[in-house]
Amino acid sequence: MNEIIGLFFITVGLFFDFFGCLGLVRLPDVYNRLQASTKSVTLGTCSILFGLFLFKGFTAAGIKALLGILFLILTAPVAAHALSRSAHKMGVGLCKESVCDEYAKEKK
Amino acid sequence: MKRLRWLIGLLAIIIILGMVIYYPFESLLEWQSEFLKRSFSVLFLCAVFCLWRIFRGPTAADRAVAIDILGILILGFCAILGIPTGRDWYIDIGIAWALQSFISTLALAKYMEGRNFDE
Amino acid sequence: MRKSRIILFFLAFLVWTLLGWPVDFQHLLVGILIACLVAFITGDMFVKRPHVFKSLKRYLWFLYYIPVFIWECIKANFDVAYRVGHPDLPIKPGIVKVKTDLKSDTALTFLANSITLTPGTMSVDVDSENGFLYVHWISVQDQDVEKATRIIVKRFEDILKKVFE
Repeated sequence: MNEIIGLFFITVGLFFDFFGCLGLVRLPDVYNRLQASTKSVTLGTCSILFGLFLFKGFTAAGIKALLGILFLILTAPVAAHALSRSAHKMGVGLCKESVCDEYAKEKK
Repeated sequence: MKRLRWLIGLLAIIIILGMVIYYPFESLLEWQSEFLKRSFSVLFLCAVFCLWRIFRGPTAADRAVAIDILGILILGFCAILGIPTGRDWYIDIGIAWALQSFISTLALAKYMEGRNFDE
Repeated sequence: MRKSRIILFFLAFLVWTLLGWPVDFQHLLVGILIACLVAFITGDMFVKRPHVFKSLKRYLWFLYYIPVFIWECIKANFDVAYRVGHPDLPIKPGIVKVKTDLKSDTALTFLANSITLTPGTMSVDVDSENGFLYVHWISVQDQDVEKATRIIVKRFEDILKKVFE
């Protein structure tokens, strides 16, 4: 039974991973790509790791998978934050559909 | 016209995904192992998208984003690889890789911003 | 100073035990030595205010924060799947400015992480002196500071204030 639920979680994770990477290709500028891909790939990979935990139970690999989930949720947003800030300071503009940019006003 | 092209593209992707995942299963255990082996193909497709963005990306920031995402995907690879082979140490490799990729992303971000690494 | 080192020792020892899960005596012995070394070297860089670890109320509020966060995460993923799969790409991006009352570094970090993983928003920069956050929003509903604050930040701010302040 655990294995069936684990397979379900892995399938959901693959689905989200796929949409995150599709967003990396389709969306128009750095910030949108970063946003879509960080969210989807983080939760997708967490879901895959949880599926692994359900397969393995409380063994070495299962506990490491839980630690991996914790680590991923703590670090992936920090990496996204650093990348977006450095992209803005580097001078990468927003795409032409954008409505407003308060951060550029603040820098002047 | 645009909608038609989008529909054709989405249909093609769904057919590829279906061919990748679908397998006529005789027994449940056989099917699980085969499904897990085939699910690598989906992750390979995602990795190819990332590599395409690294190849095409108009600015350096796009490439850094794609490298970051690729590092997280490899953790998923290692996690799935541990199940059908039955070896526990793949997840160790995955966690070490994700840690390294996080630190290198932070270093890359600081470098693009034009700051010193010491700060 | 000493209290924060003791807390750091226990955290490092916990992570060590979980990483080498089948518990045996030699692992624990080496773990105690290494956790002592880590706690001695890094000192109070990690835990700034040790008194917040004492009260039970904060842990309960943190337990309440976890399901809220996971629910927002799942909603965010379906939102991304909808926007990426739609033929016309229904996006209206922009960077807005929101205000927050949180002061401590841990609370601001958690708030920025939560904003990044919830539907349609991603934090770009934190101005911790004046308490402003710059947020990239994939479909801008309002450019005003107050209204954007009410939509984006209010979901988490009250809980995080009870946990970390």
